[in-house]
Order: sequence, then structure tokens, then C-alpha cells
Amino acid sequence: MHDSDSVELVDHLFRHEAGKMIAVLTRIFGVHQIDLAEDVVQESFLKALQSWKYGQLPSNPSAWLMQVAKNRVIDILRHKKKESIGLPDSSQLLEDTSISEFFHTDEIADSQLRMIFTCVHDSLKEEDQLAFILKTISGFSVQEIAKALVTNEATIQKRLYRAKEFIRKEKIEFEIPAGPALTSRLEVVHTLLYLLFNEGYNSGKADELIRKDLCGEAMRLCKALIEHRICSTPTGFALLSLMCFHAARFESRLSDDNSIILLPYQDRKKWNEELIRMGYHYLNYSAAGEEISVYHLESAIAAEHCLAKTFADTNWNRLLELYDMLLQMKPFPTVELNRAVVLAEMGELQKAIDAILSIDKIESLLKEQYIYSAVLGDLYKRLSNEMKAKEFLEKAFGLTTSQAEKNLLEQKIRSIDPKKN
Amino acid sequence: MKDFMLIFKGGSDAMNMSPEEMQNHMGKWFSWIDKLKAANKYVAGEALTPGGKTVKGKKAVVTDGPFAEAKEVVGGFFIVRANSIEEASEIAKDCPDLPLDGAVEIREVMKF
Repeated sequence: MHDSDSVELVDHLFRHEAGKMIAVLTRIFGVHQIDLAEDVVQESFLKALQSWKYGQLPSNPSAWLMQVAKNRVIDILRHKKKESIGLPDSSQLLEDTSISEFFHTDEIADSQLRMIFTCVHDSLKEEDQLAFILKTISGFSVQEIAKALVTNEATIQKRLYRAKEFIRKEKIEFEIPAGPALTSRLEVVHTLLYLLFNEGYNSGKADELIRKDLCGEAMRLCKALIEHRICSTPTGFALLSLMCFHAARFESRLSDDNSIILLPYQDRKKWNEELIRMGYHYLNYSAAGEEISVYHLESAIAAEHCLAKTFADTNWNRLLELYDMLLQMKPFPTVELNRAVVLAEMGELQKAIDAILSIDKIESLLKEQYIYSAVLGDLYKRLSNEMKAKEFLEKAFGLTTSQAEKNLLEQKIRSIDPKKN
Repeated sequence: MKDFMLIFKGGSDAMNMSPEEMQNHMGKWFSWIDKLKAANKYVAGEALTPGGKTVKGKKAVVTDGPFAEAKEVVGGFFIVRANSIEEASEIAKDCPDLPLDGAVEIREVMKF
């Protein structure tokens, strides 16, 4: 038998189709009927599973699923009078062309963006927004969301409930905002997608597969955003380019024993050239217009790193400029910390240490977050101040919960004091 | 070599699976089929549409569906090649629906 005989589906096809279908159905049924939409989607997948598993796939699985969902919608709308469950007026919807319009490719993309805007509001907690997006756009189950966000299922259930209640109580419209409202809401969407990406990229706890899924979802949604006629903005392009540059380094960040490999020691041959190329591609697009966002600067920083053939080749002067600009827009301790690291690479070790120690509320940051102590420890080590180095590295070791980070810190502590085993 | 029909019943206990889990479960079926194909044991496989009709008795009365209990409903079938019913039963033990409370009936296709 030949390989061509084997049956296969595109990775995550079901998950992605689920997101599309829920969005389309919610648009038809109304935003307060998300649960009904979810049920129809679930039934459609069950039908697919029971029909396809014996080895015969339809020629277009996505279209097949959509058709099943569509038939079910028509069915429900026809019977709705009997049940009167608060569905929209079906007489017009039921005309064949009317329902079909919702299932066109462009309209599906449109529905998905409406879904994103539905939950992305300043007054809804970010964690609730994230859970809602993963459930309704990305087709994750409660269990999968809990695993991805490293929490339990009850917590995710609560977050989903809060998001749905918010949408219901605030009578949120299922639409893409227009005019000035679009600009400000789009900003919240960008923040949320960035957060989603970072959940995947920086979580030291979730397993690698699911972290990649989160990054992939953030990139997929960001791409959907910039491909949409009115949501496509330079900032969106900058955000996507930033994600590409970061994702390009994904494979080089973890060693076989699950330790984090820091930038200087990463094998740059493992960086994904295709993603770097895409990063530059989107970064070019982001240069249109006057707008410079935080993402523009962060992407430019990531681009500098990707441009350098080796760590030593990094253009630190340029990076310092970029960090100075970034600090103006985003005066966050993490930015100051990264800027200090650049100073250190320029040979200004003492200046770097002073910069970190003068960060606002550094005392409590040192108590709460391992990274500040980890960097300080490293800088003192390079200044040959072994006592301070050991003090901070050990502090960092006590604070981090990530095994990968613990391994790394332990290595460093050992190299100061070879007797410690 | 003889032909056997594997008749799959029940195993529809997938209502609480997420889309990703359903796809993974389907992937198990596909790998099983691939394995059988590679060993030249897989002849055919089809799903049956639920419901259907039953025609019964002298008067040929037509009624809707077999409407069996969920775990008795035939969802689909394979035709596989094997040397004996024992070997065919061994094949059936790999059915991914068994953990979902599914059952496989194994029948030899009669040849004259």
C-alpha cells in the first residue's frame, strides 16, 4: 500500500473550525445565545467523528462541518416558534441566501473578529477575556484552557461565566466598532493578543506543546486582524512582526534537559529563518503612517537581535537607543531591567547595577520576582563581587518555581563556589 | 485468507470531548486503519447514516429506524483480511472505541 492511502486531517482543524463555527452561529442566533451556538458546534463535531472515523473523509472537511452546522441552524430556526427561546426573527433569516451569506469565507472572518471585540473591554478582567477568547475563538475546552493558563477547571469556569454575564448584562453588540471607538478598542485587542502570546512564550510551567499552541493562536488571531479591511493598522503589523521574531527563537530557548538557554548561548542556527523573514515582512508594513507604538519598538529590538550573526555582533548602541525610546512609552520595571542588561553588554556593569537598583520600588520587586535578583546576581558575578553575586543568585533560586530557571541558577551558583554540590 | 466484517457498535460516548480531543480520537482510528493497510489487512470501511428504516414481515411493514439503544447502534463497519476468526478478533482489540464503551462484532464473510 502507498502512503497516499493514509487518511489525515490538518493539525488543529477541529479546534480552528470550532472557533469559526461558534462565531458564525453566534452572529445568527445573537450574542446571548453563545451556549446554543456551542451546542450546535459540538453536535456537528460529534457527527463528523462518527462519520469519518471509518476511514472515508469528505473531499472538503471544513465545508462539510459548516454544512452540518448550517443545516442544524435552519432546523433550529424552523422549530424555534414552538420553543420560543429568544432567537431572532427567523422568517427573513430562513430564506436560503440569507443564511448562506453568513457562511462565506469573508463573513466567517468577520464574525470571528466580532467575537473578539465582544469580550475585549477595559471593564472586563484580562484573565476573563483570555479564557473567553480561548473558548469561543480558539475552540479550547475548559480543561485545555486550565492546562494552558496553569490553573484549575473551576477557575476557568468562573472566568467564562463572568465574561458571558458581562456580555449579557452590558448588552454588548456582536459587532466590530466603528470610528474613534474602533481605535481605542483595537488597542485593547492588541494588548490581549500580546498577553495571549506571552502566556505561551514566557510560561515556565505549562508544557511545551500547549505553550506553542497559545503562541500559534495569538499569531493566527493577529493575522486575522491585519487581514481585515478595517482592523488592519500599522500597530497590528508591528505586533505580528514582534510575535514572529519571538516565535522564531522558540526552539532555541530550551535545552534537552528543560533548562532555559539565554540569548547569548542560544544556537542561532536553530532560529526559524522563515519566521524571521515574516517578521521583517510585517515590520516593513508597520512602517506605514506616522504611528509608533510600543510594539514597533519591541519588534525593532527583536529584529536587532535576529539581525546579529552572533551575540557579540549585536548592535548594542542601537538597542540602547530603542530601549530609551521604549522607556518613554512604557516606563515599566521590566523595560528598565532589559535596558540595564544592554548597558552591561556595552561594558557598563556598574552603571547597569545602579540602573536596576534605582528602579522604582525595587525593594519589593526583588522580594517578589526572581528575575531582578537573577540579573543582579549575574552582573555582580561578572564584576567578580562573589559575595553579592551568590546572595542574589540564591535569592532568585528561592523565588522561581520554574525548574528550568532553577537549573540555570544552580549552574551559576556552582560556578562561583566549586565546593557547593 | 478470509474476509471478516467488523461491525462497530456504540462507542459514541464522545459528547464531552473537546474538538481537539475528538480530532485526536479520530487520529487513533486513522492510525489503526493505516496499520491495517500497511499489513494488507484492510479491505474497506464505511460509516452508516443513523436512523434508517426497517421493513418487516409478510405485509412488508415499513417502520422508521432500528432505534436500538445507543450502545447497540451500528455506526459503521470494516472488511478486513485475516487467516482465522481468532486473528480477526485480535485485530478488533485495537479498536479505539473500546475504551468509550464500544463493541465490535466479528463475522466471517461466507465464501463458496
